[in-house]
Formats: sequence, C-alpha cells, structure tokens
Amino acid sequence: MFDKSISELHSLLHKKELSVSELVQTSFDRIHTVDEKVKAFMTLNEEGAMQAAKALDGKLGTEEARGLLFGLPVGVKDNIVTKGLRTTASSQLLSNFEPLHNATVVERLNAAETITVGKLNMDEFAMGSSNENSGYFGTRNPWNTDYVPGGSSGGSAASVAAGEVFFSLGSDTGGSIRQPAAFCGVVGLKPTYGLVSRFGLIAFASSLDQIGPITNTVEDNAYLLQSIAGHDKMDSTSANVDVPDYLSSLTGDVKGLRIAVPKEYLAEGVDEDVKNSVLQSLKKLEELGATWDEVSLPHSKYAVATYYLLSSSEASANLARFDGVRYGVRAEAENLLDLYKKTRSEGFGDEVKRRIMLGTFALSSGYYDAYYKKAQKVRTLIKNDFEKVFEDYDVIIGPTTPTPAFKVGEKIDNPLTMYANDILTIPVNLAGVPAISVPCGLSNGLPVGLQIIGKHFDEKTVYRVAHAFEQATDHHKAKPEL
Amino acid sequence: MSRITKEEVKHVANLARLEMDEAEVEKFTTQLDDIISMAEQLNELDTENVEPTTHVLDLKNVLREDKVQPWLSREEALKNAPDQANGQVKVPSIFE
Repeated sequence: MFDKSISELHSLLHKKELSVSELVQTSFDRIHTVDEKVKAFMTLNEEGAMQAAKALDGKLGTEEARGLLFGLPVGVKDNIVTKGLRTTASSQLLSNFEPLHNATVVERLNAAETITVGKLNMDEFAMGSSNENSGYFGTRNPWNTDYVPGGSSGGSAASVAAGEVFFSLGSDTGGSIRQPAAFCGVVGLKPTYGLVSRFGLIAFASSLDQIGPITNTVEDNAYLLQSIAGHDKMDSTSANVDVPDYLSSLTGDVKGLRIAVPKEYLAEGVDEDVKNSVLQSLKKLEELGATWDEVSLPHSKYAVATYYLLSSSEASANLARFDGVRYGVRAEAENLLDLYKKTRSEGFGDEVKRRIMLGTFALSSGYYDAYYKKAQKVRTLIKNDFEKVFEDYDVIIGPTTPTPAFKVGEKIDNPLTMYANDILTIPVNLAGVPAISVPCGLSNGLPVGLQIIGKHFDEKTVYRVAHAFEQATDHHKAKPEL
Repeated sequence: MSRITKEEVKHVANLARLEMDEAEVEKFTTQLDDIISMAEQLNELDTENVEPTTHVLDLKNVLREDKVQPWLSREEALKNAPDQANGQVKVPSIFE
C-alpha cells in the first residue's frame, strides 16, 4: 500500500475502491507495527484523525472530494504548530504545549483535506543532524536501526521511508530536510527562502528556516509544494510571487540542460561510494541530454562557520521567548529572574544551550563586529558564489551529504564533527536558493542522496531534473525492510 | 591559546538566562572555544568592502494597516499559562 503515489491513492479513493477511514487506519496499523523500532512519532492524533476520516468518507464520490490530496494521511514535524494537538519541538520545555492556532502550512493542508495522523520527532528546536538531540528519544533509520535517520527532520524522513505515512512536512535551516531525506532514501525539498510561509513554524533561525515536503517521489513532492506554497500576509518575510504549476515541469526532458558540479562538493572528506553514486547520476543525466562542467564555489569551506555564527545568533534571540511565563513547563522559583533561569536550564537540552550560548556571545558587546557582522559579510560572498555560477548554468548538482548515515552515538560527543556533516547543505540556506535531495544509490545498504540546487524561485527546473533522473533510474523504488 | 575564559562563559550564561554548575561551565568553555576557533577561520577573508547580508530576498519594510482584528479570547490566551490570577498571567514577585 505504501508504495502508492498520491495520484494512485487519489484514483482509488475517487473510484471508491478505498475509503478514507480504511486508508487512515492502514497508516495507524503500520505505525503500531513499526514505530516501536523507528520511533518517528512524538504524538499521535489517532482519535482526531479517525473522526476526520469518517467525516470525509461522506464526501467520497462527490465534487468536494476532487482535490488530489483529499483524505490522505500526513505527518507533521513537531515544530509546526497544530491547533489543540500537542506541539513540543521535541523540547521538554514544551511537553505540555497545545497550540491555540494552526501554522499556515497546516491550514493549507487542512483546506486540501489531508488528515494529520501525528507529530514527528526531531532534534530539539531543529538543532541537530541525527535526531539524537530530541529531548525525548532518538528516531532510528528504517534501513538499519543502529544508524541515525539524520536531522533535524529525522522523524519526518523516517516516517515516509518506513511507510507510516505517504508524505510529511519538515523544516530546513541548514539541511534539516535534505540530509535526513538522503539518509532515509526519500525525496526532500527545501524551497526558496520565502516561498512557503513560516507563520506557525517555531523559529530557530528566521533568515534561514523554510518548511518543505518529504515524499516517496518527485511527483508527490511537487503536489505537496503546490498546496503549501504562496504568499501569506501573516509572515512578513513571505515572498509575494506567483506560484507556478510545478506539475507541468515534470516532462522528463533535460536535453540541453547545463549542470554545474562544484569541485568543492566532491573534494576530500566525501566518501568514495557517495562520490561514485553522484558521478553515475551525472552520467545518467548526460545520457538524457544534459551536459555538465566542473565549477568552483570558492567560499564553500567558510559556510559551516558562517552558518553556526548566524543561526546561533538568531536562535539566541528567538528562543528568548521560552521563559516559562505564558506557556511551557515552568520551574519552581522564588523570584522572576530565577524562574527564567531555572525554567530554561531544566527545559533545554545541551545542544540548545550550546547554541544559545554561542549566539549570545557572538551578539554580545565587543564581539558583534568580529563574529556576527563578519559572518553576515561572508554570507554575501557565499551567496555571490551561487549567483555567479547560475549566470551560466541551470542547476548545481552534488551529493547531499559527504557520507551515508552514521551510527547512533558516533558523533554525539563532538559538536564540530556533527556540524561538519552539513557542509554541503548549509551553503544553500545561506544563499536562500531551493534544493532537493533524491535517492541515487546505496552504500553498504544505506541510501545516498543526490542534491540538485536551483536558482531563486526556480523549483520548476529543480523538479524537472529530479523527476527526469528518478524516472530514468530505479533508486526510488528501493525500500527498507522492517 | 584559550579564546574564551570560564568567567566569560558565566557572563554569557547570565545574559542568556541560563544557570550552570562548575562542571557545565568547564564543558561549555572548552566547546565554545573550539567553535570560536573554527569561526576565526573567517578572518582569512578580506571583507572590508563587502556588504553584510541580513536577508536573501530583496524585501524592504513590509507594512500593513494598524487595525484591530479578532485573534484569541482572553480565556484562550491563558490556556497554556502555567499560573494565572484574575484573568492575567501570574509570576513570582519581581520586587523584594
């Protein structure tokens, strides 16, 4: 059942060969069977979802059931607020938090009449690359449960790979959709900054955060983006652009496409198997009529440092709101200052504290120019690198991650090794451009991801290339056995 | 050479409203020092004439009409409050 695409499911529902209740029940059955091992879900919405499914069953076969996403179960990352459905951002500080409103993306999915089956585990406040920083438990990689699923949207990627849901929403600040998508062998898109509303996304680094879809196929991904993209007056950084028809770009035609391959993305530190998978993929695209050249993004090596300074600075400001006053778990204290300190010290995990500390330091008096402003200037150089390459090329292609998934516990004690894992995804967020990760092979039984990066608001070309590649290969058909 | 001292870590922790015991201060001093050492790498670059990027889109001030609109009721707004009294959020006293 979970090999089915959105359009196949739509057709089954439309022909009444399947009811919404049966479909949603299938999702819960699968969750109850495999989630003990995968641990993708933080909170289940079983009663609410079954009730909603029953209501939709009444509409089956009518005009009202015509939407493509009608009646389909979806999982939502736990930093996206859902009205009345517990939202923790995987932080103990929010273990009792029931949002009073829906994020715009959730409103849009509701309008398309999808059914939210539950909230997905993540690294606390989206800070991490392995899901080991969840304040509750670590999600495991469905391909091999000794390995991490990636992060921070680890639950979002693992739930799709494990066949618990057909698609999910994640968020990506430095690779948090693409890296877990690569590790779990699914398709994940980080849209152009500003394309999808951030209203109701619990903010980590506001100039970098984007919500995006995680799916089994490129086509499904395009369907989902189509329904969540577009201007939102509730998010002042939302771009006022027309949303194109993404489906129309899935032509399979990449003849004459100009691909740039940054030499920095296949340099030392990139695993041999990963490199070979990417080179094979480029060969496939050549067979389909595209051409590729090696180029340089010379400031790539500065991206990780730039990112950690900027994202942590923004985080230190964004996370100031978690003070135990209006919501969340409040610690006992005699006076207000102690209440703030105890609430935050007991509620936040180590990685969150580390980043708040780094950000507070980088913004503090005497260091602002040396660290924060310097990083903002280097961000300009990194952004310019991309613009220059895009003058001559349609897309940039490389690996999504330097290695396949690593073992649970392997990197958790050394923040710097963990940060280095995001070296190929971070520059994309700094430049604000869109990028997708699609499966492009296996290495020792673990998936490898191909990253396709496009120009600002050119998701159409990104999808066209990803789809043509996917259709010409069988990588997306490989599924983990659980 | 250590770039960050334990005293600085304590100062920053206070600014960030975080409480730390000595062991934590020790750990964060080492870890932040490592991270800052990595960040110093940026000093290799001459950015004298480079404009900082605060935002990737070409957005200027986004304004809207200052109009009152219904949002949450008082009761709803207090729903998640850990403590409340007389329709307001309650906190410990801020004066001695």
